[in-house]
Amino acid sequence: MTLPDPLTSHHRYIPNASQDVREMLDVVGVDSIDRLFDTIPDAVKLNRLLEVPGPWSEIETRRWFRGLAAKNRTAVDHASFLGGGAYAHYQPACIDQLLLRAEFLTAYTPYQPEVSQGTLQSIFEYQTHQCLLTGLDVANASLYDGSTALCEAVLLAERMHKNKTKVLIAKSVHPHYRETVRTYIQNLGIEVVEVGWSDDGRVDLDALRAAAEGAFAVAVQSPNFLGVVEDYDAIRAASEGTTRIAVVAEATSLGILTPPGAHGFDICVGEGQAWGIPTQFGGPFVGFMVVRDALKRHMPGRLVGETVDVDGRRAYVLTLATREQHIRRGKATSNICTNEALIALAANMYLSLLGKEGLREVALQSMQKANYLRTKLSEVRGVELPFSGPVYNEFVIRTPFPASEILADLEHEKILGGIPLAGFFEGRANDFLAAVTELHTREQLDHYVAALSAAISRERR
Amino acid sequence: MSEMKSAHTPPLIFEHSKTGRRGYKLPALDVPEEALDAMIPAALRREEIANEVEVSEVDVIRHFTRLSKLNVSIDAGLYPLGSCTMKHNPRINEEIARTPGFAHSHPLQPDHQVQGNLELLWHLEQTLKEIFGMPRVSLQPVAGAHGELTGILMVHKALAKSGNPRKYILIPDSAHGTNPASAAFAGYEIRELKSNSRGTVELSTLEAAVTEDVAALMITVPNTLGVFESEIRSIADILHAKGAYLYCDGANLNAFVGIARPGDMGVDCIHSNLHKTFSTPHGGGGPGAGPVGVSERLVPYLPAPTVERREDGSFYLDYSHPDSIGRMRAFNGNFNVLVRALTYMRSMGPDGLRRIAQLAVLNANYIRARLKSSYHLPYDAPSLHEVVFSDKNQTAKDVHTLDIAKRLMDYGFHPPTIYFPLIVSGALMIEPTESEPKEELDAFCEAMIAIARECDERPELVRTAPHSTPVRRLDEARAARQPVLRWNPAI
Repeated sequence: MTLPDPLTSHHRYIPNASQDVREMLDVVGVDSIDRLFDTIPDAVKLNRLLEVPGPWSEIETRRWFRGLAAKNRTAVDHASFLGGGAYAHYQPACIDQLLLRAEFLTAYTPYQPEVSQGTLQSIFEYQTHQCLLTGLDVANASLYDGSTALCEAVLLAERMHKNKTKVLIAKSVHPHYRETVRTYIQNLGIEVVEVGWSDDGRVDLDALRAAAEGAFAVAVQSPNFLGVVEDYDAIRAASEGTTRIAVVAEATSLGILTPPGAHGFDICVGEGQAWGIPTQFGGPFVGFMVVRDALKRHMPGRLVGETVDVDGRRAYVLTLATREQHIRRGKATSNICTNEALIALAANMYLSLLGKEGLREVALQSMQKANYLRTKLSEVRGVELPFSGPVYNEFVIRTPFPASEILADLEHEKILGGIPLAGFFEGRANDFLAAVTELHTREQLDHYVAALSAAISRERR
Repeated sequence: MSEMKSAHTPPLIFEHSKTGRRGYKLPALDVPEEALDAMIPAALRREEIANEVEVSEVDVIRHFTRLSKLNVSIDAGLYPLGSCTMKHNPRINEEIARTPGFAHSHPLQPDHQVQGNLELLWHLEQTLKEIFGMPRVSLQPVAGAHGELTGILMVHKALAKSGNPRKYILIPDSAHGTNPASAAFAGYEIRELKSNSRGTVELSTLEAAVTEDVAALMITVPNTLGVFESEIRSIADILHAKGAYLYCDGANLNAFVGIARPGDMGVDCIHSNLHKTFSTPHGGGGPGAGPVGVSERLVPYLPAPTVERREDGSFYLDYSHPDSIGRMRAFNGNFNVLVRALTYMRSMGPDGLRRIAQLAVLNANYIRARLKSSYHLPYDAPSLHEVVFSDKNQTAKDVHTLDIAKRLMDYGFHPPTIYFPLIVSGALMIEPTESEPKEELDAFCEAMIAIARECDERPELVRTAPHSTPVRRLDEARAARQPVLRWNPAI
């Protein structure tokens, strides 16, 4: 097979073509590009073209990818009540426009502060928002997502308690988060003990108290995966001697719920996606971590700090880097390098635009609308709301029929009605989780009630 | 860059705040309002988010536009950070990622509702399998370091399954810092492998180091000097003969994509930073994606779920992997980064993917040829996609790598990676990528040559650089000694 001649081929993303290549080869002093690859042994050279499609024009690219997107059935053409760690809140239009500014989009990690103040100052602001929202002291520049942020929190806590190996994680923490923790710690000699919930859907405090002896940390999620808001003070009282980790998977809840930092929690980690980031099939999202001041030198990930330049001007710089892998290598507090900077920037913009009043209003509207739906559903024959604890914008619904069948019925009504719990917990075949945000209209909520009622009647027949 | 300079740095968004300003509007609440106490007890609520901002949309747009102008970016010009592969980010990728059917799909939808997404992921895996020359690829890892951890966890599980997970991971002294950090997180101790005078792995050193306790070697190909490990097959043979694995850090895949394949080199596991070789934007530090390719021996241990195709052409998430290391992250990885990467792969096609490596290597060698009389080349072995100089020629005038890097900013260029790899004293690691036209390379080389001359003739000018940036030479020691990590309201 003859391979294309690099002297005559060209591509729109690769400027240098025949004339440039000839001139450059002359300067380098070789007669062909192939000679530059002489150090790669022939035995491992491919010597054929990759068997992959392309090259496509933008026209062909659009056609194919849009065709794929059209095969999805999503919130675009359905009323979606899906949450479970990924929530559709409204992202104001200017955010995406600003994110597309090349100076943000196409910059690297701000290693050289003189030419990266835009990114650095934005991270400093993002860190500040996290502190104000969670009531804790020090936030990092971002982690991959909520699940890996919980892993990092567990590992941080473990470093603070050298002689203990047990961590308690509430069973009502997002199942994917718990699975990810088990993956991360599998070779580190850490034992995970899961603590169940009571009838109201909150952490079983007696079980927690009994298990807390000898544990280095306890991690709870609020609102938890069942949608129920936990009582931080009660959890704190039942877990003396441990590092308390609060997980927030629905970040807009911090607009109305009391912050974990105000209740003696040491670490708050979570998922910032709800701050207007599209659900985009699960990523990219943005994990956050905020800790008490005493833990700051044990933090994973990047931190931006304020300082001055040689002329005395206020400026920002990556700091406390001796915690990190590029300095500390095998002894680093984490292996993280690339994080989710652009998504953190989007979150910073969202939090700034919404601000003090808007964050509260988004939370209130989400809660009011969820409450409306919940109240209406409680009047539907056959609907049961199995957990009595207070909720924010998400709750479990039970009918006498398998959730998969009910949800299939709702899908016929152009409703993505919820997330079945059967895949996550034993004995919950009839339960599913529904979430409401400020984007839902009363009409959609009423339609949901009517459609669910009709689905139950249909199943009865 | 001189227009950037100003007497003051911009206020923080919090310093723009004024009571009563609003940057948003929601529709009026259209359901009957319930009393708060009836929904949630007062003890679980907050009255306000103290000190959060009140700003208008205009304030926000001006603020972030002004901040953006303080950054340099690849769209503005050459950004030659070695090892980081700062290449052009095509905007069609951004448009495709924003297709509503992708952007608003939910990660917990049942398979039948997201066939388009699953088909896309399946195609991306097929394409990466062909690029890697390996039988399976996990798309779950969301960054290079996340891929490394995934890979070493798989190695651990595979070895544990055969009776002994072993104790050590070998890592050359030229490696990225993430390699030892990831290996430690996977439960291993690190043994550093000294490189030879070419900067590569010496077979006899390796042979002596691979004891029965060694689980794997983590190696970067080409290494951080840009030098290809020509004896890669022998390296693999030595490890395999002792039952150990070969992990390849694929951060430098841009140097050989389409030219050679890790699977043909005897590599057992490789991650690729899609934000490097496959052009997804770096965004000031992420998001990325770090898919991991594996050899047959590691397939059973891949993270679950995987994406599979049924005979009828439909797709599904497959959780039935009993020996899987588990889940590396919630949901399905950084899906919308993966969308961008596949868009890029399709735009490039077979010849385009190969041309990436060809022109990236030509561009780097062109810089090497033009600068080697001005800057010291500590390792003169032929290099591929990047070239590493040192400040040895300049230190006599008491000018160092940091000074040269800062002075480059005055010429309008982002500096190269500096003081890395650690095996080079005062390293200047330059990676131009294939995106740079010859004129840009020439302008960069002329700037570097001019700086070399300045180091001789006006060293003070270089030592005090930069002179034209918005801020200059930050007090990093103060930042670390008295950390101020958030804005504090005036007391």
